[in-house]
Amino acid sequence: MNTSPDKKLVIRCLHKILPVESVLHQAEDLRPYECDGLSAYQQVPMVVVLPETIKQIEDILSFCTHQKIPVVARGAGTGLSGGALPLENGILMSLAKFNRIQNIDIDNRTARVQPGVRNLAISEAASGHGLYYAPDPSSQIACSIGGNVAENAGGVHCLKYGLTVHNIFKLEVITMQGDHLTIGSDAFDSPGYDLLALMTGSEGLLGVITEITVKLLPKPEAANVILAAFDDVATAGQAVSNIIADGILPAGLELMDNAALRAADDFVKAGYPRDAAAILLCEIDGTSAEVADQLEQAQQVLRNSAATEIRVAEDEQQRAKFWAGRKAAFPAVGRLSPDYYCMDGTIPRYQIANVLTRISELSNEYGLPIVNVFHAGDGNLHPLILYDANIDGELERTEELGGKILEICVAAGGTITGEHGVGMEKINQMCVQFNDRELLQFHAIKHAFDPDQLLNPGKAIPTLHRCAEFGAMHVHHGQLPHPELERF
Amino acid sequence: MNSDLSNELQEKVSCANSNKTPLNITAGCSKTFFGHEVDGEKLDVSSHAGIIGYRASELVITARSGTKLTDIETALAEQNQQLAFEPPRHTADSTIGGVIACGLSGPGRPFQGAARDFVLGAKIINGKGELMQFGGQVMKNVAGYDVSRLMVGAQGTLGVLLELSLKVLPKAETETTLAFEINATEGHKRLREWLSDGHPVTASCHYQGVFSIRLGSTENSIRDAQKKMGGEVISSDLWQQLRHQSHPWFQQKNLWRMSLPPAAAIHDEDKQLIEWGGALRWKVSNNDLFEQAKRLGGHATRYTLNTNSTKATTSDEIFQPLQGGMLAIHKRIKYALDPNNILNPARLYKEL
Repeated sequence: MNTSPDKKLVIRCLHKILPVESVLHQAEDLRPYECDGLSAYQQVPMVVVLPETIKQIEDILSFCTHQKIPVVARGAGTGLSGGALPLENGILMSLAKFNRIQNIDIDNRTARVQPGVRNLAISEAASGHGLYYAPDPSSQIACSIGGNVAENAGGVHCLKYGLTVHNIFKLEVITMQGDHLTIGSDAFDSPGYDLLALMTGSEGLLGVITEITVKLLPKPEAANVILAAFDDVATAGQAVSNIIADGILPAGLELMDNAALRAADDFVKAGYPRDAAAILLCEIDGTSAEVADQLEQAQQVLRNSAATEIRVAEDEQQRAKFWAGRKAAFPAVGRLSPDYYCMDGTIPRYQIANVLTRISELSNEYGLPIVNVFHAGDGNLHPLILYDANIDGELERTEELGGKILEICVAAGGTITGEHGVGMEKINQMCVQFNDRELLQFHAIKHAFDPDQLLNPGKAIPTLHRCAEFGAMHVHHGQLPHPELERF
Repeated sequence: MNSDLSNELQEKVSCANSNKTPLNITAGCSKTFFGHEVDGEKLDVSSHAGIIGYRASELVITARSGTKLTDIETALAEQNQQLAFEPPRHTADSTIGGVIACGLSGPGRPFQGAARDFVLGAKIINGKGELMQFGGQVMKNVAGYDVSRLMVGAQGTLGVLLELSLKVLPKAETETTLAFEINATEGHKRLREWLSDGHPVTASCHYQGVFSIRLGSTENSIRDAQKKMGGEVISSDLWQQLRHQSHPWFQQKNLWRMSLPPAAAIHDEDKQLIEWGGALRWKVSNNDLFEQAKRLGGHATRYTLNTNSTKATTSDEIFQPLQGGMLAIHKRIKYALDPNNILNPARLYKEL
C-alpha cells in the first residue's frame, strides 16, 4: 500500500470525478469527519468525498484501486466501535447524499432505500400504511440504514424481531474490483451462497452498499409494558431467564441497575422505584388478546421470581414514560461523569448474575464506577464505565477495564460484541475470541472481495502480528482471563 | 447416539486435501435429490452425533451435525419448544447437519423465519482440514464475518459441518387451521389484509381452490381472530404434509420450486400449490422455469424427490444459474474456504 500518496494529485484526480464542493480537503472541512460515535478515537482523513451518483462511487473506487489508496465508507457516523474511523492516508467516502427512499411496496411489505436514509425515516415513511421497520438501535433518529447493515445493528426488539440480518431482503453492492452485485432478492431466498448474511455485519470491509431492500412488518395491534423492581441485580437476572423459560417471548426485556435507573429518573422523571437494586422493563406486543394473556402470565412469573414491586402501564402515556427512562439512560448516565465508555458484550442469559458480579468487582479494583443498562432478553450487556478523559491515563485504564469485561464475556460462553461491531475498538479482543486459523479464514474471505486490502483496512479483523503483540502484552500483565468461569 | 468424531473427520479431510481427493459428504442421505451427484470419496458424518447443550431458558440448542432431526425435535418438544423454521424431514434418517447444509424451511418461513435466521454458530472443517468455530451460543454476535450463516444452503461446499448452535422458540399455545374456498389471487389479497389487522397467521397454503390458513397464538387470541376471519376449521395434518413434503403434490414428475416476491402475479393456479403467503410456488412444468422465475423477481429450483421415477440427469441445472459477477464472487469464496475444491465439488453448480 502506498503510505503517502500525493495529496494534491489525489485532489486533482477526484475533481475529475466529482464537483469541487464534493471533495473536502481543508483542515476545517475535514475535522467533522475525524471520528464516529466513538470519539475516543480520532483521525483526520486525507480527503473526504461526497458522491451522489452510483457512477461517482464506481469511479472513486476504481481510482482508489488503481492508485492503491485505502477508502473508508461512512454513513451517519453514529457507530460506537470506530468502524468509520478515517485513515490518515486514505479517502473517507460519505454516503450522506444517498438519502432517498426509492419505493415502498405495500403488497410485498418492503422498502427500497438508499444507504444514507435514516433508520427511523423508514418507519416514518411506512407508518401511513400501518407498517414499520423493526430493528431500532438507540441511535435510530440519526443512524443510517447503510451503517446498520454494515454493523448488523440491533436494538431493543431483537429477541422477538431479530437483528438487521433478519430484516433485509436485498442489497446492491459495488466491490473494489468494480463488480456490481445484487445480493439477496425480493423473494424469501436466493440461489447460491448466503452472501446477504456475509455482507451484513462485515463492517464495510467487503463492498460498498448502494441500495438496501428492507422488510416491513405490520404494526402490532397492541403493546404494553410491565415494570418490575428487585432488591438484588442477580435476582432480576434470574427473572429474565424465568420469563423466557415460561414460553414468553417479550418484544423487549431490558434491565437497569440502581445507578442507571436513578440517573434516568433524575433526567426524565420516569417514575421509577428509586430504591430498587434493579428494574426490568418487559414489553409484550401482538394481538390485544395475546397481550392481555401474556401480561398476566409474565406478572405471575415475576411474582414467583421475587419481584418486590410490579406495575403494568395503565395507559399509553405511562407506557411511554416507562420507556422514556430507558431510552434516555445513556444521556442520563452522561450527566453523572465527564465521560463514559459503553461496552457491548453478549453472554448466555444464565450467566448474567455471574458476569455482573465480576464486573462490579473489576469496577472496585479499578476505582472506576460502572453503570449497567442493557438488553437482558438477549444477554447483551452495555456496561457504561464512568471516567474523566482529562485525568491523565484514565482513558487508558478505562480501555483496559473494558477489555477485561469483554474477556469475561468470552469466557462465560459469550462474545465481545453483540451489536456495536469490532471496528477499531475491540480489535485486540478479536484475538481472544478467535484463534489464528479462524482469523486467517476471515482474511481469506476479505481477499475474495478485496485482494488489495483497500476497503476499510485495519478494522474488524486483526492481523496475526497484532494478536502476537497483544498476547505478549497480556502475559506481561499476568492476567489470564478468569479460569474460574466455565469455558465452552 | 452420542459420539464425537471431530478428530477422525478432520484427519480425513486433511488427508483428502493433501491428495486432492474429492469428498462426497453424506449423513442421512435423505436429500441427495437436492443437488448434483458428487463424484468423490464418501465422507459419512452420520455417526458424529449427539445433543451437546440445551437449556430451554437460553432458547439455544447445540448439536453435532449427524444428530437426527427426530432426536432434536423430541428434546425440544419435552420443553414445549421447536425449530420454528420447520425443516422438512424427508426420511427418519434426516440429520440436523443436512437440514442446515441444504437450508430448507417449512410452511412457517415467512412468519417465523428461515433456517439461516436461526443459526447462531457453527463448528466446521474447511477444505484444508482446519477445524474452526464461528458465531456462538448467544442471541447477538457481530464479531467477525458471519461464516456460520454462510454455511446454510452451501451444501457442504464451503465446509464440513461439525456442530450447530440454533435458536429455538416456544411453541404456540394453540394452533387452528381455517379453510376458505376462494381463488389464489383473491385469497392472498385477503391474507394481506389479515396480516395488516394483526391476525396471528403462521402459515398459508392455496391448493385446488382452497386457501388454508394456520393461526398460532394464545387461545383467546385465536378465538378473536377466528370470529373476525370466518372460514371453516379443518384438520392441521396439511401442515405436516407440506413441511415434510409427503403431500401428493410433491410426488409428481417435473416439479419445480419457485421462490418469488409474495405479491407476484399468479397464473395457472390450478397447476400449482402455493405456500408462504404467495412467495413459494410448487409448479409442474416440462420446461425449465429459470427464465420465468427471474422475470417475476425470484428464482427456480428443479425439485425431483427421490421417490420419483425420473431423476434429473447430471447435465440438467438444478439451481437457478448465477450471473457473471455473482458466479465470480462465488468461485472466489469457494477458493477462500476450499482451495483444492475437494468438498462436494459441483454439488451446487459445476463451477463450485
